[in-house]
Amino acid sequence: MPLLWLRFALGCYFIGLVYAFVALSRTSDLFSRIAFHAASMGMVFHFVSLTETFLSGQIVWASVHNGESLLAFLSMTFFMVIYVLYKTTSPGVVVFPVVFFLTFVAALDEQPVLLTAFVSHKGWLIAHIILIFTGYAALILSFGASLLYLIQERRLKAKKPTSLIGFLPALEVIDQIGYRSLLLGFPFMTLGLLTGSVVAITTPTIGRVDFLDPKILLSVLMWAVYMVMVFTRWNSGWRGRRAAILASFAFVAALAAWAANYFSAMHRFGTS
Amino acid sequence: MRYQLIGLNHKSAPLEVRERLAIPESRLPDTCRDLTAFPGIEEGMVISTCNRVEIVTHTTNGHADLRAFLHDHFHLDASALDPHLYEFREKDAVRHLFRVAASLDSMVVGEAQILGQVKEAYATARAVGAVRGQLDQLFSRAFAVAKRVRSETAVGSSSVSIASVAVELAKKIFGTLQGKNVFIVGAGKMSELAARHLMAHGCGSIFVANRTYERAIGLAQKFDGQAIKFEDLYNTCDRADIVITSTGAPHAIFRKEHGEQFLSRRKNRPMFFIDIAVPRDVSPDMGKLDGIFTYDIDDLQQAVAGHIADRRKEAERAEAIIASEVEKFEARQSTLDVVPTIVSLQDHLETIRQAEIDRVRGRMGQLTPEQEMAVEALTRGIINKVMHTPITTLKSAAKESEATTVVDVVKRLFNLQVKDRDVHPQPAKKDEVGTRQ
Repeated sequence: MPLLWLRFALGCYFIGLVYAFVALSRTSDLFSRIAFHAASMGMVFHFVSLTETFLSGQIVWASVHNGESLLAFLSMTFFMVIYVLYKTTSPGVVVFPVVFFLTFVAALDEQPVLLTAFVSHKGWLIAHIILIFTGYAALILSFGASLLYLIQERRLKAKKPTSLIGFLPALEVIDQIGYRSLLLGFPFMTLGLLTGSVVAITTPTIGRVDFLDPKILLSVLMWAVYMVMVFTRWNSGWRGRRAAILASFAFVAALAAWAANYFSAMHRFGTS
Repeated sequence: MRYQLIGLNHKSAPLEVRERLAIPESRLPDTCRDLTAFPGIEEGMVISTCNRVEIVTHTTNGHADLRAFLHDHFHLDASALDPHLYEFREKDAVRHLFRVAASLDSMVVGEAQILGQVKEAYATARAVGAVRGQLDQLFSRAFAVAKRVRSETAVGSSSVSIASVAVELAKKIFGTLQGKNVFIVGAGKMSELAARHLMAHGCGSIFVANRTYERAIGLAQKFDGQAIKFEDLYNTCDRADIVITSTGAPHAIFRKEHGEQFLSRRKNRPMFFIDIAVPRDVSPDMGKLDGIFTYDIDDLQQAVAGHIADRRKEAERAEAIIASEVEKFEARQSTLDVVPTIVSLQDHLETIRQAEIDRVRGRMGQLTPEQEMAVEALTRGIINKVMHTPITTLKSAAKESEATTVVDVVKRLFNLQVKDRDVHPQPAKKDEVGTRQ
């Protein structure tokens, strides 16, 4: 059943995906409203799916599929919070495709891929996953906002106002969305990595944090870029192109850190 | 539909003629009274704005001499006035009024002021009893059509003046303008106008720098702002989010290196330069910096031209809405035209039926309730069958041009004395009546 609800959610998110592609070329208030309502409906199905998984005791915290589903849901939650605060669906241009992709992979009818190592302190593991995924969701939002900032800045500088200028929020609003996501995500990411270290140290088969392990190395790199982004923004007010480059770099590092699950000796996944 | 409209506007008459016809607000009620007292006019009202003077009437026979009214009222020769007048009747008058209310006939198509002005003229005429049933219906519909045009098209959505485009662009950069600081460099009229627009949208402090410091003080005082000595320009400019510059300098006064300094001091918070000077005050390479947005006079004019073109496109869609609304209004009016005849016909035949029953009742003796009901049913059935064809014919003729002829034939055949139809439609809502802007 949870998978069925997740597939319903996927159907709803598909409308958001179409909206994301259409919105880049032309804007429509009606389509924006449809996409928003579809995404809201998708979140309801998604929530039911996650709740059922949790209540049925089927949840496997270290499952990649459960992780993807959780990350997609958290990203949508961030999107909704932004909508409530700023009344704009434009971050959906970036969030919807990411959420659709994550939900699509999570909704595939395959055996979940599990963390192979035996974890003795489950509480730390749960905290690690929730914290790190919240950090990831904030990073996705921040990355999306920096791209939208770049697009809006280019359009304004091109001096040929198009409908996209009207569709996107004002430059400072996009900037606020990105900066607030960044500020919110950084402590989550930091705590997520710290709790991950605790899990590693307390797991009998691991027992230490190996900084040469690809997963650890890339995670630290991602965190370092994240920190540089927060610092440059706080210290020098970096925006626009430079901020977008850093955000893209952090996003790629996050993807690489995720992909490293398949190569890491400590954070390894295998089929159950 | 016995609507008749006469008038002149910015397209048909030069300002010298328009100003001779302009009616001050205080004299509008009297003019409306004079109008309704004029032979052949049942209801009438006057729309008088800086771009048009129009008289809208409902006449007794559709052929009131409105030109004569204008000549008499304004004491003008026909030769001076008539070449500039346009006159519309019936459907054409309705269409013209719908277009005026929807701002399709305005100098700046889509501007919102005209609807408020028409609403005010309507309220004035209504207050003195010059607008009652027929014009009430027409204007209520005109306001609804204008609202529909505004909501279904973007005819009035984009800015078409340089100052309003500047405000729109500033909003696309800063979101809200609340608390944003404005720096005026060069105390010219254009920059003052742009600053006034920005302040009206909530901008915070204003700074003014001018080569003649006294002029800077004068302008700063107007906005309750602060005058800055021109030599302090580069040290203070970064305090502003929006810079309006219009000096007579022969070369650019803001260059890339200045932009870099400002951004560094502002921690890269964006700045918007509105450069309305010719030659330009802002060097083009400054606009290439991240976080600095420069729009010169050509850019702004291009944006205005683009918006005007957009409005024209939207106006085409609006014209289609007007055309369909005129058709609907005409159809509804035609139906209303035959209603009194139908009612009169029904009354007439019912009177005959009752009279005949009363006449033969004595001869029939005492009837049981069942017999009474049977007689009622029989006579009503006959009357309904007799009425069926004329009523159907009247209703179908209402949609055709032959309606008047058919109505006349039915009236003559049955010798009907049709009362003027009850014309007390719902008046326009009070809140629909705007104020002169």
